[in-house]
This record gives sequence, C-alpha cells and structure tokens, in this order.
Amino acid sequence: MSDATGHKTSLLEPDARTKARNAAERRFRLMGLSAVGLGVLALVVLLSSVLGNGLSAFQQTSISLTIPLDEKKLDKSGKRDPAVMAKVTTVGYGKLIQEALKDMLAEAGVDDGGLKPKELMGLLSKEAAADLRDRVLADPSLVGTTLSFNAMANGRVDGFFKGRVTLKSAERDANITPEQLQLAQRMADAGLIKTGFNWAFLTNPDASELRPESAGLGVAILGSAYMMLIVLVLSLPIGVAASIYLEELAPKNRWTDLIEINIANLAAVPSIVFGILALALFINFLGLPQSAPIVGGLVLTLMTLPTIIIATRASLKSVPQGVRDAALGVGASKMQAIFHHVLPLAMPGILTGTILGLARALGESAPLLLIGMVAFVKDYPASPPQGFFDPASALPVQVYSWTQRADPAFAERASGAIIVLMLFLLTMNAVAIILRRRFERRW
Amino acid sequence: MSVGLISLLLLVLAALGFVVGRQRAVASVNGDARRLHSLPNYYGTGVALFTAVPAFLLMIVWLLVQPVVIETRVTEMILPEDIAGGSSRDLVMSDVRRIAEGVDVLAARGMAEGEIARLAVDVAALKTRLADAGVALASDINPHVAEAAAVYRADVATGRAWLAVATLALAVAGFLLAAMQVTPEFRARNVVERFIRILLIGASSVAVLTTIGIILSLVFESWHFFRLYPAKDFFLSLTWAPKFGGGSSLGIWPLLWGTLYVSAIALLVAVPVGLMAAIYLSEYASKRLRGIAKPALEILAGIPSIVYGLFALMTVGPFLRDWFAQPLGLGDSSSSVMTAGVVMGIMLIPYVSSLSDDIINAVPQALRDGSYGLGATQSETVKQVVFPAALPGIVGAILMAASRAIGETMIVVLGAGAAAKLSLNPFEAMTTVTVKIVSQLTGDTEFASPETLVAFALGLTLFVFTLGLNVLALYIVRKYREQYE
Repeated sequence: MSDATGHKTSLLEPDARTKARNAAERRFRLMGLSAVGLGVLALVVLLSSVLGNGLSAFQQTSISLTIPLDEKKLDKSGKRDPAVMAKVTTVGYGKLIQEALKDMLAEAGVDDGGLKPKELMGLLSKEAAADLRDRVLADPSLVGTTLSFNAMANGRVDGFFKGRVTLKSAERDANITPEQLQLAQRMADAGLIKTGFNWAFLTNPDASELRPESAGLGVAILGSAYMMLIVLVLSLPIGVAASIYLEELAPKNRWTDLIEINIANLAAVPSIVFGILALALFINFLGLPQSAPIVGGLVLTLMTLPTIIIATRASLKSVPQGVRDAALGVGASKMQAIFHHVLPLAMPGILTGTILGLARALGESAPLLLIGMVAFVKDYPASPPQGFFDPASALPVQVYSWTQRADPAFAERASGAIIVLMLFLLTMNAVAIILRRRFERRW
Repeated sequence: MSVGLISLLLLVLAALGFVVGRQRAVASVNGDARRLHSLPNYYGTGVALFTAVPAFLLMIVWLLVQPVVIETRVTEMILPEDIAGGSSRDLVMSDVRRIAEGVDVLAARGMAEGEIARLAVDVAALKTRLADAGVALASDINPHVAEAAAVYRADVATGRAWLAVATLALAVAGFLLAAMQVTPEFRARNVVERFIRILLIGASSVAVLTTIGIILSLVFESWHFFRLYPAKDFFLSLTWAPKFGGGSSLGIWPLLWGTLYVSAIALLVAVPVGLMAAIYLSEYASKRLRGIAKPALEILAGIPSIVYGLFALMTVGPFLRDWFAQPLGLGDSSSSVMTAGVVMGIMLIPYVSSLSDDIINAVPQALRDGSYGLGATQSETVKQVVFPAALPGIVGAILMAASRAIGETMIVVLGAGAAAKLSLNPFEAMTTVTVKIVSQLTGDTEFASPETLVAFALGLTLFVFTLGLNVLALYIVRKYREQYE
C-alpha cells in the first residue's frame, strides 16, 4: 500500500496500521489463551476445594477402651439368652463405658479436669453405647470377658483435632465445652486418643443429626450399586436392540423419523422432569414404594437410554459396509449378518458408551430427590431382588441430604462423599478409556 | 407364588423349550441336519421365544393392571360415612393398604389364617396386633375399613394366584404350539427372525413411550392443578407464597425471573469463555496444549451437577459474599443468583466449547486459506470469515446451553436460595422453577392440594421451555447452515 503523498514505508519497520493489527492479533490470542486457562483453573479450583474440604472425612479420631463386661450387669440369669440380655438398654452399656473411661484416665495419670461423668461421656460418640450393645448381643459369649473396644470420639472432638472446632468456638457451643476439649488434648498428648483411617465412613449407614461422627455411606453405596445394576440390565439390551433396529433395519418412514426425533429430544429433557415422570407414573400410578432402588433404577434407565442409543448407533455406523456385504454374500440372512458379524465388531464401542452412560446415571441426583430418596434410611436394604424394593439412599442424594444439616461436621462428610463418588466415576471412565484403547478398531 | 419364582419357572420352561425344539427337529430328519430348512438351533430358539416372551409380556401387563383394578374395587366399598371429617378417600385407602400390609407381616410371622379372619371382626384386637407388627394407626379402626382391608388382602392374594396360573398356562400353551410346529419344512429361521425384529421394534419405541409418559403425567396432573387453582393467577400473578392450609398465591413470575436471571449470568460466563477456548484450541493451540487442555475441559463436563452444587455452597458462595457482596453493601447471603450463575457458567463452559469446537472445525480450510491469501491476520480470519460461517451452529450451541441452564437443578437448589423474589440485585438469594419443583414435591406430599400439584404445572412449563429452545436450536442449525461440498 504505497502512498502517493510520499509517505515512507519500510519492510523492516511496521507502520502504525500494521502495528495495530498485530496488537489486535496478540490481544485475541491472549484472550483465547486466558479462556482456556480460566477453564483449566476452574477445574483445578473445583477439585482442590472438594479435596480440601473432604479428605479429612476419611480420618476419624477414636478412643480405645478396655471394658470389662460384667456378667452381673449384663446378664443376671447367666444363661446368655440374647432375648433376656436385650433388656439391658444402652444406658446400662453407657455406664460400663463411662467407668472404663474413668479407669483409663486414672491409669494413664491424665487429670480429668474435674469434669462430671456426663461431660466425660460427651467426649465419646453417642453411638458408642449402642455399638457396644450390638456387639455383645451378636456374640453373648463376650460377657464376662474384657473387651478392647474402639469408641469413636464425638463429632466436635473429632473436629477439634481436624481444626474445625476451636476452644473459642466451643464457648458458644451447647454441645461441647472448652474444658472437654482441653481434656481431649491432654488425652491425645498421653496417646489415649488416636486418629486412624475411617472405614466406618464407607460402611456405616446414615446417622442422625447429633452423631455426625458415625454417619457413613454404606446404605448409599449399596443403593447406588443396586440402581446401577438395574440400569445396566435394562438399558444395555433395550438400547442395543433399539439401535440395531434404527441403524440397520428400519425403513425410512414417518414412524422411524418420529423415534429419531424423540430420542434426540429425550437427551435434552431436564433430569428433574424425569423425576416428575417417575413420581407420577411409578409411585402414584403403579404404587411402587418410595425411595426404592427399583424406582430409581427405572428412571435412570429411561435417562440413560438416549446416551446408550446414540453411542451404539455411532459404533454400528463405524463398522464398514463391506463386513455386511461379505456376510450377505456367503448366504447369511440380514439378522445373521448383524448378530454374527456387525454386533461383535461394534461391541467395544457399545460397552464404552454404556459405561459412560452409567457414569452419568451414577452422578444424577435431581430425579432421585423427587422419588423420596432423601429420606433418612438407617437400615441396609436386603439382598436383591427383595432389596430392590427396600428403602435405600444413593451417593449423590446422600451428599445433598448432608448439606441440609446444620452441623458443619456433615459438610465435611458431604465433601468426603463427593470424593468417593468421583473415585467411582474416575474408575468407570478409566475402564471406558482402556476398553476403547485396547479394542477399538480403525477401519 | 412370588413374581421371582414365576420368572424363574418361565426361564426354566424356555430352556426346556430350546432343548425340546432342537431335538424334535433333529429327530424328525433322523439326525441328518442338512434336510432341515433351518439350522437346528433356530427350531430350539423358536420354541423358547414362544414359551417365554408372551408369558413375560402377560406378567408385566398383569402387574401393571392388577393394582388399579383392586384399588377401584376396594375404593367402591368405602362408604361416604367411613370418611371422617378432615380426611379424604385417599387417606382411608392408604389406611386400608397399611392394615393389609400389617396383616401380611402377621401372617409371615406364622399367624394362622383362621385367627386373622377373627381379627378382621375384632377391630380392637386387630389394632394392638398391628402395633406389635410395627404398623401404628392414628385412630381406631372403623370396622368397615377393616373389612375393606380384608377384601383388599384377599384380592391381592387371588390376583397373585391367578397371575401364576395364567402366565404358566400361556407359557405351556406357547411351548406346545411351537413344539408341534417343528417339522423339517418349517421355516424356523424366518419365524425367529421376524419375532426378533418385532422385539427390536418394541425396544426402539421405548423412547416414544417415555415421551408420551412424560407428556401425559405432566398434562394430567397440571390439569388437576388448574381445576384447583385458576390458571390466570398462576401465569399472571407476581407473588409466590405457598401456604399449606389454603390461601396461597402461586404466581410463576418470581420463579421464572430467578431462572432466567441465573441462566443469563451462567451464559455470560460460559459463552465468552467457552467460545474463546474453542477458537483458541482449534485455531491457535499447539498439539501439546490441545492434548492437555481438551481432556481437562472434558473432565469438567463429566463432573456431576451435585459436585458443582456443593462447590457453590461451600466455596463460591462464601467467597462472593465475603469479597463482593458485603464490601459492596449488596447483601450478606452466601446463596445468591450470582453464586448459582457463576458455578453454572463453569459447568457450561465445556458444553459450549466442545459444541463450538466441532462447528469451527467443520468450516473448510479453503475459506481460511483464501482469507490468509488476501493478507488477513489469523484473528481477522477468525472474526470475519470463520465466525460468520460457523454462526448458525454457534447460536444453536448457545441455545442448547441455555436449555441446560434452565433445566439445571442441583446447582440452584444448593446455590441460589429458596426465597421467591423479583429483584435486580444479583447478590440476593432468589429461587428458580426447578428449586420449587424439588421443594414442593419432597417430604410428605399429599396429592390433593394445589401446593403440591403446582410442581407439575411448573414441570410442564419447564418442559415446554427447554423443548422449545431445543427445537429452535435445531431449526436454526438446519435452516442457516452453510453447506460445503
């Protein structure tokens, strides 16, 4: 672009316009890079926030007690009949624990700070006495022996060692006093309070508002596993059958078009609407029980079907026409060509799609809220098939119900539950990727 | 006989059918399989299919219809005077069901049927025995209700018995009929393939049935709602104040406002970031960066929404409150439109970016080369050539993202708050359609009050909105897409 007015241009020195254009180019590039950076940053912040809040849920402080199980107190008749022994309530067992705790403090020479027996017991989980009772009733021969028993510390004491509860916050707290925490500190110094991996978090059922320390994911994991089983058993065959029909056999007509549009739209329907469907159809109309894995499994199946159908169709489409033609050429029927040749070749892709669909179903919570899965469930569901109809929880729903509770110890548990959920998802996705890498064929 | 046992028996019969069908076929040609029309296995499969499939279908239909029939029969038995004041027919029916279940528990514990029959007359004894079985009833049992419960229980038992008889009879009939057909000339393969084809068609119509189910349940219950509550108030009123006990105003506008506000913020976050990320990754990024950043964004897409909800509740909400809302004097609530919007925006970034990435990659390289040839810089090419060419697809992607934002539940349940408000302040807690669907339908729900049924009308509105956006997106993409060949 030369100028008639004699304006000098040089190849070595960019003119103002070129400079501006180059600057615009650099700005645009920077904007793009920062957008990518923002996305990655969001991921990092999200993951570190979840890990930071939740990792401590896998640690639990506990006090190991040596409890002499006095026959006179637990089984006066001496017959070891569980029905008779059941008359001793948790209060009776609480007293045993209380004495054992006192003895232990005296033995270790830890000053109990003049705390009343009730305050002393406040260091332990309210679940401890019930736990001890369950253990003795399950094995009556323990009576008369001396049992070494690992009692969970109270949620506040647990929080104290994790830094969630401080002496200052305890002053305003009705559930714990600074004196109790100071005693706990002395006990920890004397090695009486230990912190270990919290297996109970993975196996225990949910617990009530006042005992966050014993709340666990057992029922939720079981419930989620039941639902995934139902989803797998129903959605894989139905999804594959539907895809085979639509991809290989369906004539081009209105009915086929209708089905195709339907599947595309179903994939975009908000998940909460599926919850409404489940509530109206499965629970109100068919009378299936609330909060049962069968209802959750059915609604998740309906939600997962479009995903599986789309993946399966893509996978069937990628099998070259030559395979079908060769099969037909040697005299196979259309069905034989599909079931003997095309389907096995498409199987890795189908399985990958199914696992990814299951992973999405596992994280889904909105529809499960509507079918009553938020209910407090303390009993493990029975083994299938009866267990499919028992009330259960699910992992993501358990997270939600823990966030609705007041005690901050439950917020930690909720983040811990998220970590468990993400580990499951990570495993499923890893399996899907390995399957794809190992078996995928490029034509 | 339990359903599980019947299913097991049917499967055993089907397996038997396979063996018998195959053997009859082979025997009919004295072991020379070449003289059969089809391979021997097809004869077996045919018998197995005709044994199991019709019987299973009958069982499913039976299980769907039986409760409905029994309910209507027993409901008719309850006289108007049995319904106490403040109660309703539904509540009495639920008592009937609970009594029947309790009696079942008693029977399972080994109580003799004769004794149960006596209990049905002696209602006081029945109540105490039921309490033992873990079924506590609020009021005394009306003898009429006890009688209805006895009939209900008997009907369920008879229904079960007939179910077993009918399905097994159908299975045996199918077995015999199919087994008789086995002759060397019988075109077993064609029959089996036609049968399988019908099964495949059935599977593919599940999607249509689901849609019909969704529409029917939404429309039916919304119609119930609009009989109890005027549609005019629902669509035009500006207040949302449900009161359990009557006299509530259920206007949808505060909820719609919250929904649209949150979605708008989410799109303001997601669209620029997602779009720029897609442009950078497809036009500029080195292979290495693309190999790291693309999977990272995909991980973001695979994270369940409950995780984002918790992130909003525990991290983003307090952060925005302490660093923006309180210093600026705009409020001190950690759940706010801003919280939910920002987190939802993060959730939508990968959605926008992966959709736009595909669309940008579909723009042919020749267009870019032409632009470079004229001396345009890379960013000028993107802005003036690639972007206009990809615009219809990008608009479609944004509309789909909007539809997802409107239908998203967990983030707003945990991040946006529960107060229905018409306010402009983004740091104030507001609520959305999905939040209210959850809150009206969880907990103890009674399906006769407008406060519960309103959730279905909200659901219908949500369904229409998201469906409309998706259809519009598809329409735009189809109509304005440039065809490159």
